[in-house]
Order: sequence, then structure tokens, then C-alpha cells
Amino acid sequence: MKNGEVILAGFGGQGILFMGKILAFAAMIEGKKLSWLPSYGPEMRGGTANCHVIIDDNEIGSPIVTRPNILVAMNKPSLDKFEDTVLEGGYIFVDKSLIDRNVKRDDVKTIYIDATKIADDLGNKGLANMVMLGSLLKATDIFTIDEIEDTMKKSLPKSKQALVESNMKAVKEGYSLV
Amino acid sequence: MSEKVLMKGNEAIGEAAIRSGCRHFFGYPITPQTELSAYMAKKMPKIGGVFLQAESEVAAINMVYGAASAGVRAMTSSSSPGISLKSEGLSYIAAADLPCVVVNMVRGGPGLGGIQPAQSDYFQATRGGGHGDYHLIVLAPNSVQELAYLTAEAFNLSEEYRIPAMILGDGTIGQMMEPVDFDLIPEPVYAQKPWATNGTEGKREKNVTETLFLEPSELEERVFEREKKYDVVRENLQRYKSHDTDDADIIIVSYGLTSRVVETAVKILRSEGIKAGAIRPITLWPFPEKVFKEVHPKAFLSVEMSMGQMVEDVKLACDCSVPVHFFGRTGGVIPTPDEVVNKVKEILKEVE
Repeated sequence: MKNGEVILAGFGGQGILFMGKILAFAAMIEGKKLSWLPSYGPEMRGGTANCHVIIDDNEIGSPIVTRPNILVAMNKPSLDKFEDTVLEGGYIFVDKSLIDRNVKRDDVKTIYIDATKIADDLGNKGLANMVMLGSLLKATDIFTIDEIEDTMKKSLPKSKQALVESNMKAVKEGYSLV
Repeated sequence: MSEKVLMKGNEAIGEAAIRSGCRHFFGYPITPQTELSAYMAKKMPKIGGVFLQAESEVAAINMVYGAASAGVRAMTSSSSPGISLKSEGLSYIAAADLPCVVVNMVRGGPGLGGIQPAQSDYFQATRGGGHGDYHLIVLAPNSVQELAYLTAEAFNLSEEYRIPAMILGDGTIGQMMEPVDFDLIPEPVYAQKPWATNGTEGKREKNVTETLFLEPSELEERVFEREKKYDVVRENLQRYKSHDTDDADIIIVSYGLTSRVVETAVKILRSEGIKAGAIRPITLWPFPEKVFKEVHPKAFLSVEMSMGQMVEDVKLACDCSVPVHFFGRTGGVIPTPDEVVNKVKEILKEVE
């Protein structure tokens, strides 16, 4: 699969928007049409955050995703809010470190990843988003690992290039678990 | 091939303005447009420009008034409640026939309202906003690329006609990121400014910027003169995009973000064999009324993030020759393609 309508959702501070930016930037490098739309509001670390990313070959109409084919849920309120909107046959990725219930639907593909725990074991809980991203890449084939590594090198500012390595380590960890 | 960058709408306005020769930005923060001020704060000092965060919206627009009067490309931005505060200043700037660019990233209203996207400032923008007989050139982009393009256009048009220009966006257009290519925006075209209050150097009579004319006949004469200019703009500046209108039973009219929702809705309708078309006004003032005389649907539908404002211009433009319907969500709620599809089906049932 090379196109998608994606909702990424979780707490503020989990790097939800960053995960979306990596997908958007990768799509731009590939010459795809894309849109990236964040939730915005009087929110802070610990509040809810989500972001809509659309990747397509054709011009994108509404940038608001109402029926995603990919949902990444990194907390329970996000799974509760978006589970029913996922298209039949779509993917739901669940950070099971933080979500203590299963997906109720049986017409979607569900992938449970112990992302926050794995990231913690890697030495930084903040990398849970990258673990989730890795599992998303493996399950959906939306981009290759190399494309994502290339994207990080091109999109991160000079001062943050040092983070590419640790990010990619987490991505590869997530990739290996699916 | 030129380089595309991934940017938020608000930041793209800032970059386009700088490339258009704007070196004077007077801001005051308000969600959802603060990224534009932040971008200008970061960039302007590096290129010898002025970024000034004023003590209020009223101060910011009056700083624009002063800078524009001196003949430089000046800009300010805000969102709905802040634009209301700037309206007095806008009336003065229009009365003084000065060019400037004002950005309104609209949020839900009235009052402080909310901070989510809306289009409920259409009346305020297209009817001038402040007091007196005047207009702004109002441009309504629907993508980040077009936001950059129209920002550059706004500076050029505003200078050409000596009419303040407004970019009317909404929270979503400002917050979303899309690829943008700045090589595709228009080059700055600078007008002669013999009226500018930029120092006589002892060589000419002094220029005066004024808006007070106590003699009624003198004021009327000035308003008449300005109206002639508005007539030229009405004739020459109508811009829109349309598609699938030739055989359309129903034409959906929408602008800005909403036009992209409608885009998706039209695709769904066409795939079901329903003859729907779309007109998207790009200039909201002047309203692109000519195109409404060239199409022959059984009905129009205006879709807006308001309780129905542009719908009045659609009725005027088509002389109510066919029924003009309305569908809108407001307060920060964005209509979905499915809602638009259902409304169209409901209307066509009535028509047939």
C-alpha cells in the first residue's frame, strides 16, 4: 500500500505530530500529494493530540480524515474516539503498554505493540512513537525503512541530526515485532 | 525542478510576504494565526526588516496605517475578534487609499467564540468591516500553495489599486502543512508612490495622509472617485475556479477549506451518476458574479462554515433565476463530504 488516510492519536508530548510529519515528509520526497493537519487547541503535555495525514496520487480534497484506513492509537481515549471510524479492512495499531483493552471490531486488522515499554527499555519512553511507526511500516508497506531513514536525515534540522540514529533504532525495533 | 518545502499555512504566508518585499510586520498574537507572527519575529531581524509586537490589535493596524502611508509594504494578521478591533483602522486605511495586506485566519464566533476554523466573517470581510463606504480586496485560498500565491498577489493588487487587501483563511488552512513551491508565486510589481509621506527632501510639496473632510460635497466627491476605482476592480478582478458545470443539475458554491470538502463530495456524487458541479470563488470581493450568468443548473447550493453569508451573494449573482439553497456548519465544526452529498440528494428530490 502506498497511499493512505491516517489518524495518529494520543497524549500531547508523545510525538504524535512528529510521527505524522515524518509520513508527510516521506510522501513529499516520493512526489506524492499529501496533507498534514494537526488538532490544535488550548492543550498541553498530557492533553489529547491527534493528526490527520492523507497521502495520495491525486489532488487531495478535504484534508480532514473522517474514515481512516490506518489508525494509530497511543492512549485509550484515542482508541475509544476513533475505533469506529476506521474503514473495513483497515489497520488499527494499539500501544498496549498504555491501553488496557482490545479492539472490539473484527473487520479490521489489529496490531498490538508494547511500544512505550519497548521504548523505555531502549532508554527513552519518548521513542514509543517511533516504535509504533516501525510497526506501521512493516504492516502496511506504506514506506520502506530506508525511505524513512532518508526522510529523517532530510527533515530534521542540523541540531537534531544526532537523533536520527536513536529514532531509527526504535523504528527498526517496532518493524521487527510485526 | 524547483524545490518544494513542507510548511504550515501560516508560515507560508510569512515566507511569501517576505519574498514579496514586505519588511514591516506589526503583529498581535491570537490563535489560530500566531505561527505567522512567530515566523516574522524569527525572520525579519535577519533581513533588515521590522517585526513589532504591538500592545494591541488597534495599535498594530495603526502602525500599518503609518507604514503604508510612508509607502512601504506593510502587513498585519489576526483572527476574528482581533480583526473586529482592527476594523476601525482598516476603514481609515481604505479612506486614505493606502495599500496593505491584512490576514484573517477565521475562528468561530461571535464574541470570543472558539478557536476552531470558521467562515463566519464573510460579511465583515466583503462589506468592508468598518464604517463608511469602502471595500477590501478579499482573497480566499484553499491550499497552502495558494495561500503563498495569493499573499504575493495581495501585495501587488493592493498597490496597483491602492486598496487594502485581505487574505481570508480559516484556522485549518493556517494550521495544516502541505508542500509549497515558492518559485511559483508572482514576482513583486512595485507601483510608483508619488503620494507617500516619505520626506520631501525640500524638493516637493509635502504629502498629507488624511481622512477627515468636513465639507460634505468634498467628501462625497472623494467617495465617488473611490467608487469608480471599485467599479474597475469589479470588472477586472473577478477570479474563481469551476468544474463539471456544463451539464450540472446542481452547482455547489464554496470557498476556502470548504471547497475541498465539496471537491470530495462532487467526486462521490459524480460516481453515483448525479450531475453535480462546483464553483469556487477565489476573490470574495469582488464576487465572481459573471460566471453565474454563464451556467444553467436547476439549483445552486452554497456550502459554508457559517449560518449562510456568501449564499446572499450567490442569490444576487444569479438574480435568483433558480432556487439557491444553503448548507452550513458553524462554531468550528467542519462539514463532511457525506453531509454535502445528502443535502444535494435532498435538494434534487425536491427539484424533480
